[in-house]
Amino acid sequence: MATKLKKTTAVEKKLIGLADIVITAADRSKDPTFSIPIRALSNVSFNERKGLIEMGNKKQARSFFNVGMAKKFMQTVLVADALSELQRADLTTSLREIYYRTKHTIKDSHENTFDTQDESDPVIEDLEVSLAALREELHVRAENSGSIVGPVIFGDDGDRVDCARLGKGGYSVPSIVEPEYLEIRRCTADFLLLVEKGTQWNRLSEDKFWRRYNCVLLTGNGQPPRGVRRLARRLHEEYKLPVYVLVDNDPWGYYIYSVVKQGSINLAFESQRMAIPKAKFMGLSSADPERYELPRNVGIKLNEKDIARAKELMNYQWFQKPAWQAEIKRMLTSGLKYELDALANKDFQYLTKKYLPRKLKEKDWLD
Amino acid sequence: MPKKTSSAAVPKPAPPVPRTPEEAAPKKAAAKPAQQVTAVEMGARQREISVSEFFTKNRHLLGFDSPRKSLLTCVKEAVDNALDASEEAGILPDVAVRLEVVPTNGTVPPASQATRFRVTVTDNGPGIVRQQIPRIFAKLLYGSKFHRMRMSRGQQGIGISAAGMYGQLTTGKPVKIISRTGPRAAAHFFEVQIDTKKNEPLVHENKQIEWDRPQGTQVALEVEGKYQKGRASVDEWLEQTSIANPHVKLTYHTPEGEAKEYPRTYHELPPSPREIKPHPYGIEFGMFLKMLQDTKSHWVSGFLASDFCRVSPQLADEICKTAKVSPHLKPRDLKGHAAETLYQTIQNTKIMAPPTNCISPIGEKAILSGLYKQIKGEFYTAVSRPPAVYRGNPFLIEAGLAYGNRPEDQQKPQQPAMPKAEGEHEEEDSELARVIRYANRVPLLFQQSACSTFKAVLNTTWRNYGVSQSRGALPGGPMVIFVHMASVWVPFTSESKEAIADYDEIQKEITLALRECGRRLGLFLRRRERAASEFRRRNIFELYIEEVVDACDRLKGGKLPKAKLKAQLQKIATSRTGGLKTDEALGKTGGGPEGLPHSIIVTAEGVEGEIALADQVERDADPAGVPVEPDLLGDEQPIETPSKKRAAGPQAAKGRIAKSAKGKAAQMPLFSKPAKREKTTRRRA
Repeated sequence: MATKLKKTTAVEKKLIGLADIVITAADRSKDPTFSIPIRALSNVSFNERKGLIEMGNKKQARSFFNVGMAKKFMQTVLVADALSELQRADLTTSLREIYYRTKHTIKDSHENTFDTQDESDPVIEDLEVSLAALREELHVRAENSGSIVGPVIFGDDGDRVDCARLGKGGYSVPSIVEPEYLEIRRCTADFLLLVEKGTQWNRLSEDKFWRRYNCVLLTGNGQPPRGVRRLARRLHEEYKLPVYVLVDNDPWGYYIYSVVKQGSINLAFESQRMAIPKAKFMGLSSADPERYELPRNVGIKLNEKDIARAKELMNYQWFQKPAWQAEIKRMLTSGLKYELDALANKDFQYLTKKYLPRKLKEKDWLD
Repeated sequence: MPKKTSSAAVPKPAPPVPRTPEEAAPKKAAAKPAQQVTAVEMGARQREISVSEFFTKNRHLLGFDSPRKSLLTCVKEAVDNALDASEEAGILPDVAVRLEVVPTNGTVPPASQATRFRVTVTDNGPGIVRQQIPRIFAKLLYGSKFHRMRMSRGQQGIGISAAGMYGQLTTGKPVKIISRTGPRAAAHFFEVQIDTKKNEPLVHENKQIEWDRPQGTQVALEVEGKYQKGRASVDEWLEQTSIANPHVKLTYHTPEGEAKEYPRTYHELPPSPREIKPHPYGIEFGMFLKMLQDTKSHWVSGFLASDFCRVSPQLADEICKTAKVSPHLKPRDLKGHAAETLYQTIQNTKIMAPPTNCISPIGEKAILSGLYKQIKGEFYTAVSRPPAVYRGNPFLIEAGLAYGNRPEDQQKPQQPAMPKAEGEHEEEDSELARVIRYANRVPLLFQQSACSTFKAVLNTTWRNYGVSQSRGALPGGPMVIFVHMASVWVPFTSESKEAIADYDEIQKEITLALRECGRRLGLFLRRRERAASEFRRRNIFELYIEEVVDACDRLKGGKLPKAKLKAQLQKIATSRTGGLKTDEALGKTGGGPEGLPHSIIVTAEGVEGEIALADQVERDADPAGVPVEPDLLGDEQPIETPSKKRAAGPQAAKGRIAKSAKGKAAQMPLFSKPAKREKTTRRRA
């Protein structure tokens, strides 16, 4: 799915198509209905050959003259209207601004079109999926919440951004990183390390880990947002950088890794463009505490939610590899989870000076 | 016999028997050696205490604690007496209550700041014979009600004289009474006070006067008090009295100079309760001993058979035989161990439950009309339970329920249409239900949480009936729950008669009555919800069509024939809801009070149910309340838009003469049944 600036008109056409559905149905005295692909586990499948989560063909009908759906239908048309306005004016905006733009009190009533942003966000995702348009193409951006540092040079709005010369703070990854917005001019790194936590990324950046090992350091502060994932994918694709993921040793860390690698269930339709099937799981592995002699007392007892989530993960198709089953089982048996930060128990710079060098040297990672 | 030890002991409501301090000496042994007081000295100090003195010191026991409550108690005692007297004489009571501020230092303070009030209560009752007036109003524990087992509001003969005593204590003013026993008799005016030492009346003034009323009694008290509206106020008490006594016409002149009228909506006196003898199960041993002393019978067997109910001569002989007491023994000679054996034997003998015709319920129709008159709601229902027995005392529970807001009230708060911000919601009803409690038709305003009725309301699972309820709390929503206990002896938790004691049998009956009310409410709410959802359905489309059309127009760059699209969509909406309309009509045929006996439903179109009955003078010999099925008009219109609503309330009820006539027919189940069956079959066909 190539993304070109010229396509904006195509997106606008698609949005106007929604109005046409209503008009045509009205002409024929039919109930106007949109069909929207279902975004749930029931409608995704794991393509083993490609190593991606793919969305299935199941769709749900959203009809106007159905009491349960009437409001959703009305909201969908309103959001489509707001999005087409963005297209015409060639502006980008945030999810929250769309919410405010479309919110008003319906004439002769006390009812608001939207009561909270929780109602408008899913409608936007619905439109992304049903129009097969990317969020960027809809001119909706998320917050910047990622940082990058390392031997890579971008062109952003005509500015040259050299990520090797931005101190320890690095470059803040914008939410839209498509080539027309962000150009990668040069990259001389050998690999890319995606770190879950901002604190650990800071540690590595401060210690200039990227300089010694010639790599790019990227973080998404938790679950990486689209911009970060897409940028990692572009560096992986365009500059052939191997991608390694460094997360906490808990079910949520495993899931972050799997989202980077195969894509997420909710945004399965974007997997093709975001997922990095060759990404490797660097750590923290449930085998590490023993191998790196982390004392038991820096672990945290798994709570009920953790255990339930871990068992859920074991059932996902993309965690069926024996190594992964063993990895998760080992965590469940120990009953403990470990944070990356726990490595500081040995030494403040343990991550930079001991842990990662040894991991890289031993090629100790999971696929 | 109990010793009179100190004045702090809670007195039994029995006439005090003067006792000499004969037992003082042995008690003295425990005196501390440090205090050199001899038995003789102490004996000299020990003397009799009169009831009036006792209550002067302990007036809170009778409900005269705070000035606000005292004012209410004075009104309550006077009104109770007026009602009891009128009803016993077979007169439909017509009672006027007047509260006036008494000027202090020549100025009249506003009602909310006044400290002195004149309470005047006038009735149209039988009047009081001249000789009795001083003692009734100025002697504690004097009256007709204590010595009999009969259902009445007052029970002890303390109330009105205590109110007089309270007035005397706080203002020094005597009680003024006017009474006239008939148009031909002269009206007598009295000014009396109480001699607290002797518990005897002191007559200050006694003369014949001209009075504009042909018959009745008027009591005027001047008391210290505080007038404040709201919870547990005089206003609330009178309003609640009027709910449970719709046969009473009540006029109330507030201290603020306002006149409130509580009209009579039920033109029938409650059946006069019959007097019964005590049931052996309900008598305690001490009481039994006293009865043995006081009886007029010469033999024990005769005593048992004649002084108790449900004890036949045969049964009396049998009891004596089992207890190994000679049936021919003089009751007065039966003492000590033998008396106790006899008492135990009686308790262990199977005796029929007491007769229950001694209780006079308010009746479902009267409760309905009382609730309908005083409380604005959409749904009313009432349940009278059959009589039951606790500890040998017959009693009867009645419950009622008023729910919702009248359609005209629902419209009001919707007027200011303000756009809502995030986090703001439609104002939810955080209001909790109100419980109004009665014992023998008298409202109970205090100690709600100690009352058996209140506990029963909490223990009922209202959620089953479509009403919200948090754990251990009252149900939520605009609702008034009415509970009445009628009994020859209501077991109060204390002398001030504020809460009903928690006997299992009572609790069970209340719960059963509440459940029945709840079931009917649930039925009503489900029907209403169904109708509302149909309405909402159509409304939703109308609301959203505009939005969708506007958005489509903008999407198409403003070049859309908007009117056409709108008309097309509206056409689809109507064709889609056409099917719904029929649904609605179907729902409506079952939407009236059919299957909801003794209920009233108020809708925007008018009133359905039994209210028409209540507005008519009817002599209906059916106090037990055979379930009546008011017939529904077949051509009832489905819900209209609120703008078309007609005024609900009594006017609307009057406008439905046809309906009330039908309701009346339905009251005679014997005659109307065949006719009704015909009608239903026709409707089905």
